[in-house]
Amino acid sequence: MNYLYHLYMEWLSKFGIPELFGNITFYIIPFCIVAIALLIVVLALVLIERKLLGWLTQRKGPNRVGFWGVLQTIADAFKLLIKENITPDRSDKFLFNLAPILVFIPVMTVLGIIPYSSEFTFVNTSTNVILYLILVAFPILSIFLGGWASNNKYSLMGAARGIAQILSYEVPITFVVLSVIVLASSMNMTGITYAQYSRLGALGWFCFPCFIGFVIMFICVLAELNRCPFDLPEAESELICGYNTEYSGMRFALFYLSEYALLFANAMFISILFLGGYLSPFGTYLSYFIFGDTHLASAMVYFEQAFWLFLKAFLVIFVIIWIRATLPRLASFDLLKFSWAYLLPLSIFNLFLAVIIKFITGGAMCGLS
Amino acid sequence: MITATTLKLNLGPQHPSTHGVLRLLLELDGEKILSCEPDVGYLHRGMEKMAEGMTYIQYLPTVDRIDYLAGCFYSELLCRTVEGAMGVNIPERIRAIRVTLLELNRIASHLLWIGAFLMDLGALSPFFYAMREREMILRYFEKLTGQRMMYNYFVFGGVRKDIEYLEDIEEIIKILPYKLNDYEKIITDNLIFLQRTKGKGVLEPTTALNYSITGVNLRASGVEYDLRKTDKLYEGFEFTPVVLEGKDSWARYKARILEIKESIKLIEQGVNKLKENTNFEQKHINPLNLKLPEGEYYSEIEAPRGLASIYIKSTGEDKPYRLKWRTGSYYSVNLLRKLLVGEYLNDAIAIAGSLDIILPEVDK
Repeated sequence: MNYLYHLYMEWLSKFGIPELFGNITFYIIPFCIVAIALLIVVLALVLIERKLLGWLTQRKGPNRVGFWGVLQTIADAFKLLIKENITPDRSDKFLFNLAPILVFIPVMTVLGIIPYSSEFTFVNTSTNVILYLILVAFPILSIFLGGWASNNKYSLMGAARGIAQILSYEVPITFVVLSVIVLASSMNMTGITYAQYSRLGALGWFCFPCFIGFVIMFICVLAELNRCPFDLPEAESELICGYNTEYSGMRFALFYLSEYALLFANAMFISILFLGGYLSPFGTYLSYFIFGDTHLASAMVYFEQAFWLFLKAFLVIFVIIWIRATLPRLASFDLLKFSWAYLLPLSIFNLFLAVIIKFITGGAMCGLS
Repeated sequence: MITATTLKLNLGPQHPSTHGVLRLLLELDGEKILSCEPDVGYLHRGMEKMAEGMTYIQYLPTVDRIDYLAGCFYSELLCRTVEGAMGVNIPERIRAIRVTLLELNRIASHLLWIGAFLMDLGALSPFFYAMREREMILRYFEKLTGQRMMYNYFVFGGVRKDIEYLEDIEEIIKILPYKLNDYEKIITDNLIFLQRTKGKGVLEPTTALNYSITGVNLRASGVEYDLRKTDKLYEGFEFTPVVLEGKDSWARYKARILEIKESIKLIEQGVNKLKENTNFEQKHINPLNLKLPEGEYYSEIEAPRGLASIYIKSTGEDKPYRLKWRTGSYYSVNLLRKLLVGEYLNDAIAIAGSLDIILPEVDK
């Protein structure tokens, strides 16, 4: 960071801009860059999902708007923007309008507490894993509000299903996260990432000692994101569109985009807990190979870390999309039974396993920290 | 005090998984269905009344629209009735052509059902896979008849023109078994699929017979009843009717997969017969002054969605006095009244999907 800071200051002083300005903007510019980058990533995710689904189902996917269909999402978003916002006649208009805004806020906040590289987190609190779990559970509130306020029976049933689903899948998630916290001796995502560092690279990741937890987490995240095979709240063939049946125009777009932002956040969360977060899978960073042991290399490491995190997140997302293309939907009661009867006991077992591993290896699992 | 009340839900007529415009009046307790009242008729085109004002040849092109997924069967029915009334026996080659095309049509219909059923269950890919294979068949039909769905290929006393492009059919029946194996890999033993279909929507043989269920749905309940066995058209063709004991949605799925395999065998035999017997002759019935002798005529056929039959009462005019169709799906819709009660909503969708209901065929 210091090297980048000096470069930036030198560059500013060439134009005679006061140092105070540089001191302020040096910390603001990266925030803006990342905020814009995240929005682009979310827009790109929609395209990536549609492309991948297309390939997995023997189609081409969007390929008309822009080269290779890259502008498709933007065109869709624009179309939704200029569409009429229909509010159902006998709905609770205040709550109906509030729900899509409420869903977007926590989702965007979640993106702020994720460590993109070792020294770059928007808000770094000592227990941000817990903060993450709380924020990620928030969208269900607006799913319920939206479903209830729509005054539509399908929406109501979708909302009810959503609540039941989140309630039963939050519990195993918490136990799995607890086991990771035990292994890492830290409640901070940066700390958890550090704890996974090893000279052997990928071998230090928590997906190996905590493999059961990794699988459970993956399944639960699918349920939390309302994605196939757990897409009951918006089961198209049953509830038309579930909780957002009555939403149109920009309000629908907000639900839609927040879903993808949440998908990306959750994929990054899995990568941080189990796949070493921003750590390189090779033990050392490639920047040192390319640029040697220079200042430039130590600066490039921050970008490389963000690259690794995004790559891992996209791998997780790829698997999620793959699952969506393959599996049918679970029945609603099997879904709840699956969580309470199988996932919960397994996640508790996983916690015990983590404690035992921690007890045997002592601090060895903690790597550098 | 909290009192539990029931929820009345109108499922359809605009709903993604009612396969057209079926309206189900459901009474729900939570998601449990207390009663179900199917309401049909949103796609009623008056196919029967319409016939009374049309000559037979005018009516012939419209009958493909009764079931847009298996149009061949209905034109075959009308042709067969007229031929029977006029005392015409169709030649061997025409018979082979008709069997081949009927079975191809049956495969196309079953393939679409597999896709749509899996779509109802929430699986995405099988729909596109099934559509891909169905596309081969539709392409062939387009090449042969110029139409993808409403073929209007069978005419009184024969077919519109001699069959061509037999090598295309051979290619289709060569590829299909491999593709079916792919489906079985991705669907049949899938745990979620088994959970959604095994033991769901159990249709007892007695219930099925009481509700006049025919076709695959009946055979999947363990009753051996396949009209093709006694059909004159299928004389000289070897096949074994698919009879499964499962009675549930899974059995109905499996029966359709197996039935496609049987159809492939029939097509193979048909193609061989067409290759041996290249003598193309038609028994012409002049459609312009076609008048059915006074009397009542009835014929039936094993359509993809069960027994389909036609009844014509003629007074010796060039137009029928009264014409009545019997289609398989109509009875399956009625069965929903019984089958859906006590099920949960998302199982109900799967069960309704497994019965293969096509609304244009119900409403006529």
